[in-house]
Amino acid sequence: MAQEASIAGQPAPVVGLDGVTADWSGDKQVFPVPWGKAMMWIFLLSDTFIFTCFLTSYMHVRMSTTSTWPNPSKVFSLDIAGHNVPLLLIAIMTMVLITSSGTMAMAVNYGYRRDRAKTTALMLATAALGLTFVSMQAFEWTKLILHEGVRPWGNPMGAPQFGSAFFMITGFHGLHVSAGVVYLCVVARRVWTGFYDRKGTYETVEVTGLYWHFVDLVWVFIFAFFYLW
Amino acid sequence: MNDATASQTVPEQTPQAHADQGHAEGQQHPIRIYLWIWALLFVFSTFSYLVDYFQLHGMLRWSLIILFMLVKAGFIVAIFMHMRWERLALKFAILIPPLCLLILIGLMAIEGQHTFVTRWGAFVR
Repeated sequence: MAQEASIAGQPAPVVGLDGVTADWSGDKQVFPVPWGKAMMWIFLLSDTFIFTCFLTSYMHVRMSTTSTWPNPSKVFSLDIAGHNVPLLLIAIMTMVLITSSGTMAMAVNYGYRRDRAKTTALMLATAALGLTFVSMQAFEWTKLILHEGVRPWGNPMGAPQFGSAFFMITGFHGLHVSAGVVYLCVVARRVWTGFYDRKGTYETVEVTGLYWHFVDLVWVFIFAFFYLW
Repeated sequence: MNDATASQTVPEQTPQAHADQGHAEGQQHPIRIYLWIWALLFVFSTFSYLVDYFQLHGMLRWSLIILFMLVKAGFIVAIFMHMRWERLALKFAILIPPLCLLILIGLMAIEGQHTFVTRWGAFVR
């Protein structure tokens, strides 16, 4: 759409269901977006399947176990000044990740405005928040392994499957966040050095944003199904 | 999807979507939208946290968790990931395939229930 429509004299693109037919039957590229963006979407689609398989297997072991499932509200509580606050760390981690998504969305915006300084700063802020998230996750894992005695094969609180599901799902998500931090730093450096000005487009920043928002999206589902359920 | 279809047929309502039809520089929308969604995500995260904090139980708890989860996921995909402003063909290609996962989830729920009953009968009773 971007390239075609900007040519003078072209008719306005067909929208809606007729647009789907037109896009697939037009004897042309179906998705009028940069190829990097289309490929990132398809990668994220495959990642959706991976995380759904993890969450589905978690659902299955939780439904099929005859032992009681440890209460996540209690397992993930923190003692603050003598008060036991349930899920406090998880709530803070959620807010940190949402904030990082906000800064990323703004980075994409400033990228398209060719504001190199602001784009770089916002992407580095996003990376820093991602790093904060992973650090808090490391703290959570340490607490769970050393103080609560949770192992992939068992724990003192109940169903032994709790540990394997937890480490598998949050570990894979944490890996995605860590990879995202590296990805963000690489792209932020290229923004700063003017790589995308020479290339003529800032679409890579948007593609990076897609990946980062997806990591946030997965956390929404983990938060709901693992920590709150 | 309804909302999205509406925005496609009535592009005048969303000037930024209209501008997209002829943009040369990808997805550009007012920063205000992102700040709004950011705030709303905070609000809905707080809501879902409060579900646990007040120890709601049963169907009320589960329906609220799912509701807040879907609202948050919708905001992220539609606005942050710009899906709302994409062509319908791309929306379909990305949003329809995950629906087959519902079959997997349904099958595994049946299977999980069956395993539970079998274990209960064989080991626990």
